Amino acid sequence: MSEHPADSLVSMAHGAGGEASARLVRDVFMRSFGGAVLGRMEDSARLQLALSAGEKLAMTTDSYVVTPIFFPGGDIGKLAICGTVNDLSMVGARPQYITCGFILEEGFSLDSLERLVASMSATAAEVGVEIVAGDTKVVGRGAADGVFINTAGMGIIPAGVEIAADAARPGDLVAVSGTVGEHGAAILAAREGFRLGEALVSDCAPLWDLVRSLIYAGVRPAVLRDPTRGGLAAVLNEIAAASGVAVRVREADVPLSEAVRGACEILGLDPWFLACEGRMVAFLRPEDGDLFLEICQAHPLGAGAAIIGRVEVERPGRVVLEGAYGQRRPLTMPAGEPLPRIC
Amino acid sequence: MKLVDEFRSPQAVRALSERILAKDGTWRFMEVCGTHTMAIARFGLKELLAGKVRFLSGPGCPVCVTSAHDLDLLIAVAGMPGVVLTTFGDMLRVPGSRTSLEQARAKGAEVKIIYSPLEALELAREHRDKQVVMAGVGFETTAPVVAGTLQMAVAEGLDNFYVFSAHKVIPPAMEALLRLGEVRVNGFICPGHVSAIIGTHPYEPIAGGFGVPCVISGFEPVDVLQTVLMLIEMSEAGRPEVRVQYRRGVREDGNPKARAVMDAVFELADAEWRGFGAIPASGLVLRPEYAAHDALKVFDPRVESAEEPAGCSCGDVLRGITEPEDCPLFGSYCTPENPVGPCMVSSEGSCAAAYRYGGREQ
Repeated sequence: MSEHPADSLVSMAHGAGGEASARLVRDVFMRSFGGAVLGRMEDSARLQLALSAGEKLAMTTDSYVVTPIFFPGGDIGKLAICGTVNDLSMVGARPQYITCGFILEEGFSLDSLERLVASMSATAAEVGVEIVAGDTKVVGRGAADGVFINTAGMGIIPAGVEIAADAARPGDLVAVSGTVGEHGAAILAAREGFRLGEALVSDCAPLWDLVRSLIYAGVRPAVLRDPTRGGLAAVLNEIAAASGVAVRVREADVPLSEAVRGACEILGLDPWFLACEGRMVAFLRPEDGDLFLEICQAHPLGAGAAIIGRVEVERPGRVVLEGAYGQRRPLTMPAGEPLPRIC
Repeated sequence: MKLVDEFRSPQAVRALSERILAKDGTWRFMEVCGTHTMAIARFGLKELLAGKVRFLSGPGCPVCVTSAHDLDLLIAVAGMPGVVLTTFGDMLRVPGSRTSLEQARAKGAEVKIIYSPLEALELAREHRDKQVVMAGVGFETTAPVVAGTLQMAVAEGLDNFYVFSAHKVIPPAMEALLRLGEVRVNGFICPGHVSAIIGTHPYEPIAGGFGVPCVISGFEPVDVLQTVLMLIEMSEAGRPEVRVQYRRGVREDGNPKARAVMDAVFELADAEWRGFGAIPASGLVLRPEYAAHDALKVFDPRVESAEEPAGCSCGDVLRGITEPEDCPLFGSYCTPENPVGPCMVSSEGSCAAAYRYGGREQ
């Protein structure tokens, strides 16, 4: 907790650049993040980054606006680190540095802010990525929903690693690193107060260690993508379009937890459209399939890994789901927000 | 998953479809309920029985049959100062004649998605300064829950809770469809959830009077295939009756308690159905003793008479005379992202099912 008696809720003063702002930075952000670079408190982080021959830089940014801020399996802070770490990991980049910007709503609880900053710090430490710059703004009540976080990340792609959305080829295997839809289902249930059981927990997790294990074991994925917003359906459609190929997925092979299956049945939703925050979709050359499964299944984040389909030549850009009775149907991009049915 | 997996078993599905495919003749069955439409599309049952059985979608998607005029009235109420309109998610994107609740929300109307009418009641308790209106859309499945909620509001003295009733009952629409005589059906796949409330009795005039067999069906592939087989066998025997396949969900006398609650709050009235026009005694309006909670009476919204969107075939789709893919707008001007008609919006709409699950394109 912040020690100053006035500080239990975020006020406009915390964003005004005066004493309250300084206290917020010192007592909340520096206490948790406090790395060497951030500690210098300069206008920009000055970084030493020498690339070896063949290495490339990767940069990414994302903003996080989830409701509720704390959910089963994580919180917006953990999500903001995982999301950016995972975006770097999906091009094979080792995450190095992260920046974070906070937009706080007047009246937001400082205790909650401290909890989610601690959660960001713990997740960053787990990955070995350093938080090197930050910013805080406060907006009036009603102008934001508690807290919005933006993170940007920089990473280094090792020489020889080429992972790109347009690199899928006919014959490639399509794999996932685990059960899908957990984050989306957990958030929906938490947001709407559905009591669908304690098994419905977000999969929110940083994927770098799993990606690193795959790359170092010699797996050469053609495409990696984390199925966040829009879920598996959106990612498969994006890759099919970018690579100019068709994708066929066997419905029965897509791993789903009982909790997600149950939630989808009750709410009338398709798990293919629900977000994941700790899973990836991989397009692999056929000879890499077994090694991918072996490495994933030996890793705590990849226990549920499975090959779910294959890349085909005909009708480029299309994703087809093959059902249990041999029926086929196109898996389209999701439309709008998922709307549970009436009856 | 118990009570799901056994009704999706590929072996059982194969065995049943082989028995159906071995029957003489061809058959046309109408699934009345939107959840059946979705299940048939999702599990590819049309393709499985292609050439032998044709499934026609009926007027059983509550959002879809709500008339553009009723939607305009609802949107008008949502836009009134101090009103919080609570609705099930399906209604949000359905276009009225000019706009939708989603667009009204973007322009500042307070529209909240709820999953249970009890959430609307909670809002009314928490915000006594607001007028909380529950959009009552749905058939005999939803109406008793809305009725029960209104009774609770009255008991608590919540004078800021209102119901906008666009509720409808199913059997009159089935009879209206047969009376129109536009579509030939060999049998009805009757709704499982609605029948859990109304039981088998209300379908008797359809089987007895019109000679069309009715089977109340569950929603899994094995349920629907068993229902199809039961309908064929009744037709072959020349004995049209009302039977229950969905025995794990439906009793012959339905749920008398739920009906009593519904009857205490609502009474039958003529209602406007999209695609049909007015059908006598097919809608549920609040009884006079609940007038103080009747959003239509209290807020008295006025809108111009509504026209259906140009080129939209939803009306014909709802009467089973046009299939979604035959609509000139299907998949081009009308998609789930940018729907022209309601059948493309609701998760129970035939057009949404055909779009989402590929329909004929395969």
